[in-house]
Amino acid sequence: MIDKNTMTVKVEKSLKKRYLKEKIFKSMGFISVAVAFLFLLMLISDITIKALPAFVQTQIILQVDLNEQDLGITQQSSVDEIRQVDFRRVIRAALKKQFPQVKKRKQKKDLYSLVSVGAEYQLRDLVLENREILGTTLNVTFIADDDVDALIKGAIDRNDEESGRRVKDFKLNLIETLEKHGQIEKNFNWQFFSSGDSREPELAGIKGAVLGSLYTLLVTLLMTFPVAVSAAIYLEEFAPKNRMVDFIEININNLAAVPSIVFGLLGLAVFINFFELPRSAPIVGGIVLSLMTLPTIIIASRSAIKAVPPSLREAALGLGASKMQTVFHHVFPAALPGILTGTIIGMAQALGETAPLLMIGMVAFIVDIPQSVTDPATVLPIQVYLWADSPERGFLEKTSAAILVLIAFLITMNAIAIYLRKKFEKKW
Amino acid sequence: MKKFKTLLATTALITSLSSMAAGRDYISIVGSSTVYPFATVVAERFGKSTNFKTPKIESTGTGGGMKLFCKGINVDTADITNASRRIKASEFAMCQKNGVKDIVEVLIGYDGIVVANAIKSHTFALTRKDLFLALAKEVPTGKDGELVANPNKKWSDVRKELPNVKIEVLGPPPTSGTRDAFVELAMEGGCKKFDWIKATKKSNKAKYKSICHTIREDGAYIEAGENDNLIIQKLQKNPDALGIFGFSFLDQNADVVKGATIDGGAPEFDTIADGSYPVSRPLFFYVKKAHVGKIPGMSEFLKEFTSEKAMGEEGYLTDKGLIPLDEDKFKTVQDAVKNLKPLSL
Repeated sequence: MIDKNTMTVKVEKSLKKRYLKEKIFKSMGFISVAVAFLFLLMLISDITIKALPAFVQTQIILQVDLNEQDLGITQQSSVDEIRQVDFRRVIRAALKKQFPQVKKRKQKKDLYSLVSVGAEYQLRDLVLENREILGTTLNVTFIADDDVDALIKGAIDRNDEESGRRVKDFKLNLIETLEKHGQIEKNFNWQFFSSGDSREPELAGIKGAVLGSLYTLLVTLLMTFPVAVSAAIYLEEFAPKNRMVDFIEININNLAAVPSIVFGLLGLAVFINFFELPRSAPIVGGIVLSLMTLPTIIIASRSAIKAVPPSLREAALGLGASKMQTVFHHVFPAALPGILTGTIIGMAQALGETAPLLMIGMVAFIVDIPQSVTDPATVLPIQVYLWADSPERGFLEKTSAAILVLIAFLITMNAIAIYLRKKFEKKW
Repeated sequence: MKKFKTLLATTALITSLSSMAAGRDYISIVGSSTVYPFATVVAERFGKSTNFKTPKIESTGTGGGMKLFCKGINVDTADITNASRRIKASEFAMCQKNGVKDIVEVLIGYDGIVVANAIKSHTFALTRKDLFLALAKEVPTGKDGELVANPNKKWSDVRKELPNVKIEVLGPPPTSGTRDAFVELAMEGGCKKFDWIKATKKSNKAKYKSICHTIREDGAYIEAGENDNLIIQKLQKNPDALGIFGFSFLDQNADVVKGATIDGGAPEFDTIADGSYPVSRPLFFYVKKAHVGKIPGMSEFLKEFTSEKAMGEEGYLTDKGLIPLDEDKFKTVQDAVKNLKPLSL
């Protein structure tokens, strides 16, 4: 009895200590989660705040006179004839009409640089789309130059001293006159999602890079998924347990740890130099990235297959199914959610990769939007890098906006992974 | 079976693609990251205003571009390479060896390298000698032929008239062409001012180079990566620091940073153009003559690049910070391009 009492006392004594330990561990765990979350929140909010201006576009409304005689074209003119017209003249005439007092050469340059250099092509495309506007005078909304854009958004402070301000007093006056007449508008920047790269911040868009990423990932998925899953199934279900297989296993694990730039060098040597595939094309990028993600997906798929309870296999075999039937009718569907998760994690890793693509020429200025996997293209993370490196200030906000698009891309992929897992998941 | 099918499909894909690579309908440009911001502007305008596709421009660095350019004469090699220095004899030889016989050299303009700091901070009036004394690993003592590890901690140690602040310079890493040019033009320019070092150039070229070209590693020179925007951000945060970068970045950020004068020349458009600002370098691109006429749009692109409206004194490239050529040189370049005059070294 005495012994038991002492034991209880001992236990009671230590109880407090043990509870305390648990409490400390729990709170530490909570703190680490909170810290991680805080960092994520800081990162995302910082990027979002910086990116927001990029989704707004400053536009200038001008009254242009599309006189057929002055332009030398009619409504019946061919596309080529219209393309040859210098529409810049029309825009300049519109600006001159509104500010007749501007005479000096230097000041004229300031005046003309209110609208983006892309404005003339904007007007040209407008005419090509709808020839009936030829011969009329109408209000057209043009994209403003990046300096005007920065001033309107407040990135350039009007109250700064003139010497230190990018937009000088003369130009500021012009802009303020336009503002007073209600000719300056701020609208949602659709252009950002509908056009390719540009060296003018106000014209630059993300579509080329998004499609480039999409094509590259598509190639990666098509190349990796069948190969990786077959390899995983073979290794897990069919392969004999011998040294050879062990050796292969070790190598797959090693391959997963190889720095990605090595795959880029391999891609350059094999696919571009030997097979003579085109440089800068998503097809090569996709193949290189698939080499990189292959081991990741094999490892993930193998553990998913391993996690299928043996009772399932035994039951199938017991009912007379062949090995092949067991695997493909029972084991594979059961392992599918895990395999898909692994695949999407591998794809997400491939999405953010730039180093291997550097070697195969995907770090490039590409304006035209890629139409197929063999067209030159760039990908989202490279677009971020290229914009971050540009001297024009307007690219700062574009860089953050591109990062947001990249993150949105990633979240979508992960959401798909979660959805698929939930849909196919089975509980035993 | 699945695996086999994939394999088969891949092989078929690869073979079909190799044949597709043969006909390229866009211009492929590689080379210097310094020329990249200018070449891309021309390419974009060219793509928008003509029926040709927009040229593809890779930023590979001058040396990397030369390698790709000189690889051969096939259509899958680059048509044009940009360079922030002249082609080296060794690179020219490599081109010749690989069958790239006729190369047209095009001088497009100049780029200034500036030393700048935050706009609200001290104003620096530097000389190349100051830069050498502040940034070299070893500096000469008063005695001829004697060097000591750089003892200068503050700018006022270098020269009394300079501000009494710590030497802290943010600049590009050794892989950068801007760094090469800075070392060659500014550091060596200052280094040569010491007569005995200048004399070493003839007697012992390697020693001369190591004296003039080696930057100190004790923390006064901070390698800030290739991203010039980052340097500008850091300068705003640290008013005592100076930064080294290309003129176009100073031009675009004139509201937050200001350039130091070097040997009396302020880093401005006109002073770089007329040579009174000493730290500037020529920019080039090289054209593979064999591809003109073979790749659609080549001659039109060359014409656009060398037109008055692009490269000229009032051209759109000057808006992007390119320092234009003078009248005579511009004419020579235009003629050379028109006649596709091959380069000979």
